[in-house]
Amino acid sequence: MSALYDLGAAEIAEKVTRGELKAMDVARAHLDRIDSVDGKVGAFLSVFAERALEQARTVDADVAAGRPVGRLAGVPVAVKDVLDIEGLPTTCGSRILEGYRPPFTATAVRRLESAGAVILGKTNMDEFAMGSSTENSGYKKTRNPWDLERVPGGSSGGSAAAVAARLAPIALGTDTGGSIRQPAALCGILGLKPTYGRVSRYGLVAFASSLDQVGPLARNTRDAALVLSLLCGKDPHDATSADEDVPDFVGAVGRGVDGLRVGVPWSFLEKGVQPAVLEAYRTALLTLEKAGASLVEISLPHFPHAIATYYIVATAEASSNLARFDGVRYGLRAREAGELRAMYGETRDAGFGPEVKRRIILGTFVLSSGYHDAYYVKAQKVRTLIRADFEKAFTHCDVVATPTTTAPAFRVGEKANDPLQMYLEDIFTVPANLAGVPGLSVPCGFASGLPVGLQLLGRPFDEATLLRTAAALEDATDHHRQTAAL
Amino acid sequence: MARVTVETVEHVAKLASLSLTSEEKETFARQLDEILTYAESIQALPTDDVEPMSHARTSEIFRPDVPHQSLPRDAAVAAAPDAADGLFRVPKIL
Repeated sequence: MSALYDLGAAEIAEKVTRGELKAMDVARAHLDRIDSVDGKVGAFLSVFAERALEQARTVDADVAAGRPVGRLAGVPVAVKDVLDIEGLPTTCGSRILEGYRPPFTATAVRRLESAGAVILGKTNMDEFAMGSSTENSGYKKTRNPWDLERVPGGSSGGSAAAVAARLAPIALGTDTGGSIRQPAALCGILGLKPTYGRVSRYGLVAFASSLDQVGPLARNTRDAALVLSLLCGKDPHDATSADEDVPDFVGAVGRGVDGLRVGVPWSFLEKGVQPAVLEAYRTALLTLEKAGASLVEISLPHFPHAIATYYIVATAEASSNLARFDGVRYGLRAREAGELRAMYGETRDAGFGPEVKRRIILGTFVLSSGYHDAYYVKAQKVRTLIRADFEKAFTHCDVVATPTTTAPAFRVGEKANDPLQMYLEDIFTVPANLAGVPGLSVPCGFASGLPVGLQLLGRPFDEATLLRTAAALEDATDHHRQTAAL
Repeated sequence: MARVTVETVEHVAKLASLSLTSEEKETFARQLDEILTYAESIQALPTDDVEPMSHARTSEIFRPDVPHQSLPRDAAVAAAPDAADGLFRVPKIL
């Protein structure tokens, strides 16, 4: 480790605060790295070099003048292009929002900026966060830094690739069905989806409002804990944001796993997990056991129904949320259409990509007269059963551990024409969103040279236990220190 | 259960204000049929006594009913493809 872009977020903030490092030099090192490497990776949709340098200059001036600086002083951050920053483009990876500049800033971004963060740019994503490979972006494909022929996962694939490629030490992503955890796993970094309600969604373009959460991606647990501490808290702009105590997540990281009960749902893992992934998973469990945790077999009988449930609930909500893209208030408008209804239809046909259309159609179908009870209400009931599985499991254990994905990163194009296969990619991640519980993916090994992630799921508002479990794994292994050669 | 045909897709696309090409309609009909066939697995689950869950946070959330400044009108229409006099301009409706 020698370059400034190898440093973690906490390390940068400490050094900048102590005056040992200039925020300006850190920002320049990352912008240069983006210049030299991102042509291959394609993580960013936009880079705000001037603005970033200006933010860094302000931090340096504060340090020089002895003024107090925040806990992310001079830390470069990449932001998924689904979170608004006033006056800067937000595309959501969609052509329908090309050129859109929002009049407000997302609370999550504002909180990091208030803590001294330097926003480098906005990252690529599956259009409206719908996808598991970032191939559904209307702009470009992002590549996995570990193998440029493979996908980075999705939908926060640009954010995950940026952190893995050391274009930014930390990034913001969003997770509706696994969109932080799955790309984190496929790119060999840590990704955390907080409890539903933990982090304000103000300024986040909505996909499925009962499932969406904003969270951090980082290269180590300490950095993720630091960012989470800053993101949490009640926001008057988001009625669903929770007024819950925010514990000391950074302090939790060093606490170890002595006496911790790790739930292992063997029966849910029997089918369909690649042997090398299962091997990395078993090894991680043994590592935690060695560190003082105990393994408890648990049963999650309704989890095999989670994908079906999720793709009904999420598409139903999306079909409603995406009705706002109608060519009237922002974004694209089909010019030729003469009459209002035709303008709506043609704008949406021209602006949305195939996956978004597919989900709008599916979501509209399950809500339509005659099918509403059989699909949508039925799925909502199964959602209750999935949450009950969690509640029962957490009477026997403190965290649930699964692989984050069934296999490591797949090839670009491999699943692009098979939506159902792509949906099944989310099998281990969607239950947490349906139940509203927190989830995290931490590197736990490699399969044929590609990163594998361990997923940890916890009780509502107990992110601290997930972070300390992940930290125990990091302490005993060096998977998270491996970097992709670029 | 439901079989998704091109006619189903046409009907639903109309509800969703989406113009689709005939190629899109055929592709979506085939893919949605496959997805819904997969999703039928949940139909066999007994759920008669189960409450539907719409949200992970079900408690009522209130705030004081106090007037406050909303987004200024100019800012609200600034991103519109077509606006005039602080209003969104749309094609003729009738």
